[in-house]
Amino acid sequence: MSSATWPLWEVFVRAKRGLSHVHAGSLHAPDREMALRNARDLYTRRQEGVSIWVVASEDITASSPDERDSFFDPAADKVYRHPTFYDVPEDVEYL
Amino acid sequence: MYGNDFGQADAPGGRATTPHPLNAAETPDYTDALAAYFDGLIEEDQRVEPRDAMPEAYRKTLIRQMAQHAHSEIIGMQPEANWITRAPSLRRKAILMAKVQDEAGHGLYLYSAAETLGVDRSELLDKLHSGQQKYSSIFNYPTLTWADAGAIGWLVDGAAIMNQVPLCRCSYGPYARAMIRVCKEESFHQRQGFEILWTLSRGTEEQKAMAQDAADRWWWPALQMFGPPDTGEQASGGHTAQSMAWGIKRFSNDDLRQKFVDMTVPQAQKLGITLPDPDLAWNEERGHWDFGPIDWDEFWRVLKGDGPCNEQRIRTRVQAHEDGAWVREAAAAYAAKQAARQQSEAVA
Ligand SMILES: [Fe+2]
Ligand SMILES: [Fe+2]
Repeated sequence: MSSATWPLWEVFVRAKRGLSHVHAGSLHAPDREMALRNARDLYTRRQEGVSIWVVASEDITASSPDERDSFFDPAADKVYRHPTFYDVPEDVEYL
Repeated sequence: MYGNDFGQADAPGGRATTPHPLNAAETPDYTDALAAYFDGLIEEDQRVEPRDAMPEAYRKTLIRQMAQHAHSEIIGMQPEANWITRAPSLRRKAILMAKVQDEAGHGLYLYSAAETLGVDRSELLDKLHSGQQKYSSIFNYPTLTWADAGAIGWLVDGAAIMNQVPLCRCSYGPYARAMIRVCKEESFHQRQGFEILWTLSRGTEEQKAMAQDAADRWWWPALQMFGPPDTGEQASGGHTAQSMAWGIKRFSNDDLRQKFVDMTVPQAQKLGITLPDPDLAWNEERGHWDFGPIDWDEFWRVLKGDGPCNEQRIRTRVQAHEDGAWVREAAAAYAAKQAARQQSEAVA
């Protein structure tokens, strides 16, 4: 049996104009060209997309769920970034 | 399998046992903290994502279930592909090709989901080829007539949908997302199957008999697709209780089977097909259809290799894999050459 394993690619699909590309899944392909074609056949058989990105999985750097709390900590105590933080009179319109 | 999980536990080994943070635990406190974190996710009905800490048994169960599900999808291509060249019209042929292609797609979505847990697809395929991992026993039955293409879509895809819809809420994120995609595609599979039988059932006497014969042969194996009962002696081969506690499974095998029977009986009546079960009767008190005993000995026998087509299915699969080896190698060689050329151009 063949041991030549093709690298893994992550596939992102834009469903229609005006929307961002969204992660759809992954696939194996020998190169980026074939990854794109395979992604078309695998993830858009029913016109689910108007644009596809493929990214080599090994090129993705991800935050770790283990350090989730400390990593996102800097945003945790800045409630003043939200509009609801502010005390304003109730009868002022368009605010 | 086909969205169910039972049968022998996976052989240990391979990269499936790659240490996860949980295994690297140096202190009991660390292990406890991670276990509490995982239990919290399950309790809140949150999704578990690939890099989360999770118990090794949860990870192994998922890999085994997703692999068996993926194997079922790709082995399931064979019985129907058997009729592509002999489909009765161009319309039917195009539909059948699209359906079989979808099943290949389902297999790939599922292998891709399994790979998020650190296994490699080629490793799972090796296990399928060597018989270490199973696929749904239903695909070990032959497709003898064109009506079988109809019966498979109607009954086998119908049962698969029943199993797969609850998996869209499975606790493991990538599996749930793959299932949402799969379920969207399945309803055409079931409808095209029903349409084939609907057409035959309004045809000549021979065509009607052909539809009836296919239903006779596929009905019981379809009921077996839900897996052995969750209670009693037969339950020992299953993992229902643990899988339900982990939020992998949402309904018991027996519940899903009953739902399937309740859904299918009126459809059979519409087709003018008599389901091959003399005990089939509406139970006013339960509000469900009663049905006769299932032959679980046959189920285990077929699952363990002694069905009419087990050997042929694996042989065909291995042959396809080996015949495709030169394509995989050539494409990899071409990619390597292109990459080397680009690199030397960049240096120059
Ligand atoms: Fe499928
Ligand atoms: Fe299907």
